[in-house]
Amino acid sequence: MALSRDQIAMRVAQEFKDGDYVNLGIGIPTLAASFVPEGISVMLQSENGLLGMGPYPHEDELDADMINAGKETVTAITGASIFNSAESFAMIRGGHVDFTVLGAFEVDVSGNIASWMIPGKLVKGMGGAMDLVAGAKNIIVTMTHTDKHGNPKLLRECTLPLTGVNCITRIITDLAVLEVVDGAFLLKERAPGVTVEDIQAKTGGKLVVSENVTEMRV
Amino acid sequence: MSGFDKVVATYQEAMDGLADGMTVIAGGFGLCGIPEGLIAQIKTLGIKELTVVSNNCGVDGFGLGILLEDKQIKRMVSSYVGENALFEKQLLNGELEVELTPQGTLAEKMRAGGAGIPAFYTATGYGTPVGEGKEVKTFNGRPYILEEAITGEFSIVKAWKADRYGNCIYRHTAQNFNPMAASAGTITVVEAEEIVEPGELNPSEIHTPGIYVNRVIKGEFEKRIERKVVSKTVHNTTAKESQ
Repeated sequence: MALSRDQIAMRVAQEFKDGDYVNLGIGIPTLAASFVPEGISVMLQSENGLLGMGPYPHEDELDADMINAGKETVTAITGASIFNSAESFAMIRGGHVDFTVLGAFEVDVSGNIASWMIPGKLVKGMGGAMDLVAGAKNIIVTMTHTDKHGNPKLLRECTLPLTGVNCITRIITDLAVLEVVDGAFLLKERAPGVTVEDIQAKTGGKLVVSENVTEMRV
Repeated sequence: MSGFDKVVATYQEAMDGLADGMTVIAGGFGLCGIPEGLIAQIKTLGIKELTVVSNNCGVDGFGLGILLEDKQIKRMVSSYVGENALFEKQLLNGELEVELTPQGTLAEKMRAGGAGIPAFYTATGYGTPVGEGKEVKTFNGRPYILEEAITGEFSIVKAWKADRYGNCIYRHTAQNFNPMAASAGTITVVEAEEIVEPGELNPSEIHTPGIYVNRVIKGEFEKRIERKVVSKTVHNTTAKESQ
């Protein structure tokens, strides 16, 4: 059965190592912060200029000067640092952030990602997404395997304007965990109750099935 | 030392010299850390045909959004402009141009502008619509695009504390683009929550040295919160760990 948003986030959080600096995009990526495994500490980077982002504030802690990259009120953890936007993107573009997790409309077998613009619809902007995909050491894309009409989002070639080229290595969907290797999607894990054939049928780009496809632990 | 006293008493003095067609660089991220009174003064002055460089364009009725009401902005350079219905309308009407710029590139363009660096190479945007028409150069096997610096006739900045010499300290994430904006303006105007005497700020803790600043004014801020989200659970304030 396809995983829920929480289950995708849970699987994402299994990727983190103790001591990782992590930037989480809006949506499912943000949920991953709630599922960090026991014994693992990660520090969250918010690209408006906060390293060590904490939970949302209580009513009595609300502070207009403390917001996250989604412009929501937020807190800082003990040991956090706050800095300007150039510094924030220096750590992103300089490859110092260990993990970036973000959503996408499409990913293709060359590791290209489209996540910010649908022609014909109003374009609001890319924010920090292009910087993040160009700079992070490890990028995980989380998304549903197909769009709401059932069309594949893992493609031979992205059809929408790109956010970044040749930068995506790992994709976690509601059906599978895949890597981008040698011009194909390498199927590593499948969701419980989902068959390799299901995944094959819903993947647009070339799919290579790993010798040992395991079941996602969620 | 009076030559270094940059404090002005009125918003009129603070924005004196701003004229139609100029470029204004504004600090702030969303509604956080925005120079509210200086933006209001630009509205009062009715200056038109402005190019405004700022990560966002406020919301309807607040922040830079109020400059849309009388169509004072001709061109907006931003990374994200989705919070604002009037912006959307003017963009679709063709009354407003927008140059969407990746957030890190925007910050670096301002930083470079202030530092006398005319352009820089970055991997951000290569192979995307942002990279179209820009020079590409390969370093160590990876392609980068050339991005040009930004400077402006005016920069408007919001500080927490400023001293009379223009040294500034920002508070929490209200820092954001303010230090880069401060460095990139020909005339940089700081609106501060508090003005103190020289010596009251710890020199080692100053974010923006006064050399970048031309005018300082004491402001009153509403500090509106754009997205109030409140937690109902008990916090663990150490590094993010499972319970």
